[in-house]
Amino acid sequence: MVLPENLVRFWRDFTENRVAVVALATVGLIVLLALAAPLIAPQNPYDLARLVLADARRPPGYIGAGGFTHWLGTDAQGRDLLSAILYGLRISIQVGLIAGVVAFILGASLGTMAAFFGGRTEAFIMRFIDLQLSFPAILLALVLAALLGQGKWQIIAALVTAQYAYFARTAHGAASAERPKEYVAAALSIPLPSSRVIFRHILPNCMAPLIVVATVQVANSIALEATLSFLGLGLPVTEPSLGMLIANGFQYMLSGRYWISIYPGVALIFLIVAINLVGDQVRDQLNPRLQR
Amino acid sequence: MSQPLLEVRDLVTQFDTRAGVVKAVDGVSFSLNAGEIVGLVGESGSGKSVTGFSILGLVDPPGRIVSGSIRLEGQELIGLEPSKLRSLRGRKMAMVFQDPTATLNPLLTIGTQMRLALTAHERLSTASASARCIGVLEQVGIPDAARRLEAYPHQFSGGMRQRVAIAIALLSHPALIVCDEPTTALDVSIQAQILTEMKTLTADLGTALIWISHDLATVSSLASRLLVMYAGRIIEEGPTAAVLRTPRHPYTQGLLNSLPSIAEPGAALKQIPGTMPSLSRLPEGCAFAPRCGYADAVCGFAPGMTHEGARGFRCHHPLSREGVA
Amino acid sequence: MLGFVIQRFLQALVVMLIISLLVFCGVYAVGNPIDVLLSPDATQQIREATIKAYGFDQPLWRQYFDFLGRLGRGDFGRSFVFNMPVLELIFSRLPATLELTLAAVIGATVLGVPLGMYAGYRPDSLVSKTIMAVSILGFSVPTFWIGLVLIFTFAVILGVLPAGGRGETMRLFGIEWSILTANGWKHLLLPALNLSLFKFAMMVRLARAGTREIMLSDTVKFARAAGISEWTILSRHVLRLIAVPIVTVFGLEFGATLAFAVVTETIFSWPGIGKLIIDSISSLDRPVMVAYLMLVAFLFIAINFLVDLAYAALDPRVRVRSA
Repeated sequence: MVLPENLVRFWRDFTENRVAVVALATVGLIVLLALAAPLIAPQNPYDLARLVLADARRPPGYIGAGGFTHWLGTDAQGRDLLSAILYGLRISIQVGLIAGVVAFILGASLGTMAAFFGGRTEAFIMRFIDLQLSFPAILLALVLAALLGQGKWQIIAALVTAQYAYFARTAHGAASAERPKEYVAAALSIPLPSSRVIFRHILPNCMAPLIVVATVQVANSIALEATLSFLGLGLPVTEPSLGMLIANGFQYMLSGRYWISIYPGVALIFLIVAINLVGDQVRDQLNPRLQR
Repeated sequence: MSQPLLEVRDLVTQFDTRAGVVKAVDGVSFSLNAGEIVGLVGESGSGKSVTGFSILGLVDPPGRIVSGSIRLEGQELIGLEPSKLRSLRGRKMAMVFQDPTATLNPLLTIGTQMRLALTAHERLSTASASARCIGVLEQVGIPDAARRLEAYPHQFSGGMRQRVAIAIALLSHPALIVCDEPTTALDVSIQAQILTEMKTLTADLGTALIWISHDLATVSSLASRLLVMYAGRIIEEGPTAAVLRTPRHPYTQGLLNSLPSIAEPGAALKQIPGTMPSLSRLPEGCAFAPRCGYADAVCGFAPGMTHEGARGFRCHHPLSREGVA
Repeated sequence: MLGFVIQRFLQALVVMLIISLLVFCGVYAVGNPIDVLLSPDATQQIREATIKAYGFDQPLWRQYFDFLGRLGRGDFGRSFVFNMPVLELIFSRLPATLELTLAAVIGATVLGVPLGMYAGYRPDSLVSKTIMAVSILGFSVPTFWIGLVLIFTFAVILGVLPAGGRGETMRLFGIEWSILTANGWKHLLLPALNLSLFKFAMMVRLARAGTREIMLSDTVKFARAAGISEWTILSRHVLRLIAVPIVTVFGLEFGATLAFAVVTETIFSWPGIGKLIIDSISSLDRPVMVAYLMLVAFLFIAINFLVDLAYAALDPRVRVRSA
């Protein structure tokens, strides 16, 4: 697989779809904002000492005790919502990406190895994966989050456990198709060690479907983390995620103070939908059955 | 002489793709009389299948019939209202495809599929519809038809499945059946069987056939007339025996020469050098010229169809009776 | 066919046993098993009595069999919070969740499949593109957010529908159903809508993809060549062909929908088992957690089993393959 040439063509086809390009730009923008959060946010929402209760639940445009305008209002604790959202996006992207990458590595390795070794090993691993896949990710994540407690790394562990199975199954499917091919036999007869054949020869040829799954799963991780935080099980209060902000603001919505829930929600939606749109385009392009 | 069953005049069907406009059928004209069997021969990409689809009105976008005329029993088909065209399909004209595994729905019994085709044109009770279907199945040589009616396609062999497809085509007694490579996907022995059966069946029923194939050998045993296509145009036509004995177009000559059956044992098969041009980038003039041993400057102008009695050829340097240009 | 059913049934049984083992190890072996049965503020006397009664001084495998025995008798312990047998507790809340889930799932399929088929039949029409855009939203936007927006729009701004809770119920076959009352429907509408959106989006996309692929197939071409009407082709051929993947996904997603009911029930204060589990997790009511997991596992396996059967009923080739 000659990478650079394929990438150029891929990019050119990708840019033909305007929606996908806009989505990619949106994702890029959000990532940039999130990365720059400590620099551009008017307030550090983690610094509980600096929060002024009198500023709590103020509508957008209010000028608070810190002397700056709360463009998006404040939440129940007096946090500047804009800052909270920026930091929340940061955490969401962090958690989503790390969980996605780890699940990818874990699942893809497992699936490819199962396909490579075959026999009882494969049967055992895949039965287990199938079993796990018949459980919805959210339940798994829920239970694990409850058992492991709150915290960034606990959440990542829960997300990884809930999602690696998708990668494993996709990798297994692709690797099973590659296994009987000649280049594998050739590599093994040199002889190259199995680990090298698996990771340097077979796995690169399975990347297409895995990348598709990866884009979907990153978006899913972010959504799942937000859901867990919303339910009170995810990130702790000291590291407010978007889900938690939305949960906190829920009770105020009925009394008309919509901004506490709505703005974090909108930010979250933009991120997830944009990633999914990009993923959709990637999937259509990599789908051999839709090739013209 | 009475009006021909089918009259195709200057049919042009093209596909609007990203890579450009592909003229799959570029000015095809021929007629077919009732009960006649005509063979439409050519290699892949010659436009023979698309011609068949055009007649039935089954060209899917991005393809469309651009111009020309197709008259079935005097009625113009191009531009006909979709509902009227649909009522003609199955009733006056039918089609059999290449791969019966793909054309039959694996999840429905063949009885269901046959009854659907039948009741598309007539109101029948399930019992009488089934009786009709059993009758046709017996005609195409399926044993124990009554029981087999409620079987699923995967319970039949490949040859049997194609017979079912042919049976479906025959259900409403159409005057014309277009067969698109119907035996290509089958075993050679089954091929021969189905060929002979088709011949007798259509003779009994008086059905006209357009038999599309890339295989000269099979077509010749069935068709009374041959139409040879190349790059979207008909380049030779005439009674089968005559075309095979004395081809007038160099391409036809090349096709005949490359048949394994007439080659000397042990000798290399003769091939026509080169490949058919891409249909989106046809050369000016004769499409076969780049591969033709007899081509010269005048072949830069597109040759028209020359008619000599029942024979026709599209060539500036047709072969004489001795096989020389 | 019978052999197939028995084979699948036995497989399901085996999986159930494995799950029970996993749950046992997970919940009992991790942390102090006593905590699963007793509330943290039980006296020392009660502790010792319980240890003896439940055999915690016995070897682990013995405990596992006792555990299975208790499950067989329906003894899941007592809930700390509600102080009633867990099984009874769960069954009292189950109808609410089932009602919600069934309404959501049936609604999603009945609406989603035809819309998806239309989108697949005419993929370039404006209606089709709109349907696809909406389905992307239904797919990617988290359920809790949609619930929020629904409450905000219909309850707060428009004020036409209630913001939460279950409506009035009527008794039928000894169970309380709220779909039998008009007031019940008002309360059911938003949460069911919320819960169904994800599945709706999935059904639409699946139906569209399947229809699009099949419309280009030889089967449809041949049917058209025989003069069969477009409507008949769609309803007899296409629908039948996409039924297989749809039913499969339907079954699998039923479980996911049941799981997502957790979120919807929380937002809409719907008194089902979803809300129960969330409350139990935050109050560490472990017997309820265990029972919930086992119940969900059982439901999953039962659903998978039914999907396998439906698969065989729909696709005659499957019966031959596994015979």
